[in-house]
Amino acid sequence: MRIIDEEALNDITTGSTVLGSGGGGDPYVGMLLARDAIRRFGPVQLVDVDEVPDTANMVFIAGIGAPGVLIEKLPRAAEYERVLGQLERFTGTTYDYVCPAEAGGLNAVTPFATAAARGLPVVDADGMGRAFPHLEMVTPTLYGGSATPFVMVDEHGNTMFLESTSNAWSEEYARAAVLASGANAAMALYPMTGAEAKQRLVRGALTLAQDLGRTIREARAAHTSPVDAVLEQQGGVLLFTGKVEEVERRNERGWTIGQAHLSGLDGDRDHTMTIHFQNENLAAERDGAMVATSPDLIMALELDTGTPIPAEEIRYGYRVAVLGLPADPHWRTAAGIELAGPRRFGYEHDYRPVEEFAG
Amino acid sequence: MSYRIGIDVGGTNTDAVVLDGREVLAATKTPTTEDVTIGILAALTDVLRDVDTADVSSVFIGTTHFINAIAQARGLEQVAVVRLATPPQSMLPMLDWPDHLKPVVGDRFYVCAGGAQFDGRSLGELDEVGLRAIAKQIAESGVRHIALSSVFSTVNPEPELAAERLLLDELPDVTVTRSGLVGRVGLLERENATILNAALLGLAGRVIDGLEQVVAQAGIHAPVLLSQNDGTVMTLDRARSFPIFTIASGPTNSMRGAALLTGIDDAVVVDVGGTTTDVGLLQNGFPRESTVAMSLAGVRSNFRIPDVLSMALGGGTLVSADGGTVGPESVGYRITSQARLFGGDTLTFSDVAVAAGAAPMGDPGRVADLDPTAVRRALEVAADRVAQAVEKAKLQASATPVIVVGGGAPLLAVAPGLTDLVIPEQAGVANAVGAAFAEAGGEVDRVYNLLGSSRAEALAEAKAEAIARAVEAGADLGQVRVVDADDVPLTHLGGGSAVHIRVKAAGPFPTSNSETPERN
Repeated sequence: MRIIDEEALNDITTGSTVLGSGGGGDPYVGMLLARDAIRRFGPVQLVDVDEVPDTANMVFIAGIGAPGVLIEKLPRAAEYERVLGQLERFTGTTYDYVCPAEAGGLNAVTPFATAAARGLPVVDADGMGRAFPHLEMVTPTLYGGSATPFVMVDEHGNTMFLESTSNAWSEEYARAAVLASGANAAMALYPMTGAEAKQRLVRGALTLAQDLGRTIREARAAHTSPVDAVLEQQGGVLLFTGKVEEVERRNERGWTIGQAHLSGLDGDRDHTMTIHFQNENLAAERDGAMVATSPDLIMALELDTGTPIPAEEIRYGYRVAVLGLPADPHWRTAAGIELAGPRRFGYEHDYRPVEEFAG
Repeated sequence: MSYRIGIDVGGTNTDAVVLDGREVLAATKTPTTEDVTIGILAALTDVLRDVDTADVSSVFIGTTHFINAIAQARGLEQVAVVRLATPPQSMLPMLDWPDHLKPVVGDRFYVCAGGAQFDGRSLGELDEVGLRAIAKQIAESGVRHIALSSVFSTVNPEPELAAERLLLDELPDVTVTRSGLVGRVGLLERENATILNAALLGLAGRVIDGLEQVVAQAGIHAPVLLSQNDGTVMTLDRARSFPIFTIASGPTNSMRGAALLTGIDDAVVVDVGGTTTDVGLLQNGFPRESTVAMSLAGVRSNFRIPDVLSMALGGGTLVSADGGTVGPESVGYRITSQARLFGGDTLTFSDVAVAAGAAPMGDPGRVADLDPTAVRRALEVAADRVAQAVEKAKLQASATPVIVVGGGAPLLAVAPGLTDLVIPEQAGVANAVGAAFAEAGGEVDRVYNLLGSSRAEALAEAKAEAIARAVEAGADLGQVRVVDADDVPLTHLGGGSAVHIRVKAAGPFPTSNSETPERN
């Protein structure tokens, strides 16, 4: 168990932007939300999955919506403080721990707002080890875990309680409901026991985010390449070095969808890359050939500073290193690739681990 | 003959140059005066001594006035912040602002129902009754400037426009700065920039009135242009409404000037002024721009500005008697009356540097009796801070040239431990040289209906138009280029597909001695 203070929150915020793979929502906004809650209610404990008793009840806390929306229609503390109580009201169960659904972006830190308000610990784990655009794309789905009973609250005062027959159906209904709200809502979902959490979750996901954030901070301070430092720490691949020439982006069904077109710099001169995103970066093509796909992480880091650039912020003129980082082993199973691999997002391409791509 | 005049109004000194092409015909440095126009007139009079004012084709003015006002929280006026959002949000305006600025700008936040959804649909009817009540409260508070923001005003400006009309109807004597005209997508950052702009308007009006009068008084009838953050220029009329766009032009100009004076295109530039020292990285002859949301004196904002670290260190910076404390206060433009060198009784960084052998100014005899230990300690403190900032600005540990410019450049020559500094001959007026090389810009900011055309066609059209506008504004056709492009799709507008495109193009004004086109 350790206490998360503001500095730890800052490192988690930077690291979760990398794990967000371009999506997950603006972690700065999430950081402000969490920091505000910690200042009002006091610091939050972070516990390892192994510290959670097998019989304890825990639940994911997450925001849902388009990242491009969340930086305008700011998430409100009220919904994150309210959402867990609403789930308890419907289920009659008390939850002792909360946990991020994804360690990427805004959702890595929003559970801290709920935890601070309720005086509960946050579990150092998540259901992705990154960010994904669909709520069924979590490791508990691979083990038969159910997204429901589930509750969603929006800023207009609406509460939706859901029981569904599959996690894919939960996504369909949640997506329809969040669109009605204006693409921004808070959720409590995937209730599970401590025993289930130990089997189903990506362990240490918040520590991973914090380590990534610290690695970037320290590399900057030492004037070594933050890009190299991240690659070294995570065992990833440098896919491309280039400048953003054009970005196509649209908000569709509550997602931010589009492509960023890059032209090469340095060793990649005369080559091109296209990054495809749906909230998150999902596929990268080099000179028209697919070189990396989901579930591996594809991330654009600002070339000089290592600052991770979310898909809703990437635009003309950015000079970036595009990194491919290996997904958590949960995802590299047949079931994981079926759930969150390239074909799941409509790319006619077989998954190939990103580290097999050589220059 | 067509001479360009570059003027830089710093916190301490006002510099002016007359340029024929790239050649510096005349240069001067005069103290910035409390009424800045007196200093400008003195500088103009000096550089125009051997120049016929009829030969002046344009006057470029760069001023750090507005960023200094923010950094020192001086000259700013109280702002009422009105945000249109349904429902009221928990992240209020100015949430992450530094403590010293909050009380100056005030904490009058009004959240009123309104705004748009991501696709332009209404987020809630504008609460006109509520807004009139807010207007009444603002009237009672006596605040004269309003920063108006609205959720997704970059997608649908209509709620902001309607609220602006209502507020101006109720409060004819206030100014309203609309966030959609200032920043990009990202409510908090756009709102921050809007608040800063509103807080600066009173000061901007006074400063620009003065600039206009003084140029006319010097007998110049050429156009007067103000440098913007991105190295392009704008008219004085526009600057009256958007002083925020000049806020980081000082570093841009001095860094461009450093490159022009030294011929070095890749370096760390240290610009030592009277009140502050700015440190930034020069890449390919242009300042490295901040590509992420950027802190302006501790306020997160989201428009294009150079990535510069500003420190409270300059010629006028106060030094404690034992030399252990350097800054952050400064005597600023009063250096010529208050510094020891000039007969005053305030110990400044200039005093200790001259005592240590820096280029003499004032009466060095007045600092001859300073305690050498205190002098050394103060220089060490200053040198250490500069060295740290240079390290921070560098992207790699490898050796990078360090160019020192600004009026205080000679002061750093005696600082211990700072080696291999490049101090160009005209270092003191690098800012003014850079200002005179500001570029002409052209911008397109428009919603394109995509009936019968593609997004790519609309974007190409916008780019071509921005380039044409930059050329019209004076950019050299051969060197003009798109420097920024952004488009936001509006999926539900009018049942059809539409896209909000913003493109900026820029290019240098052609130099009169046109042998070979310069790369920058």
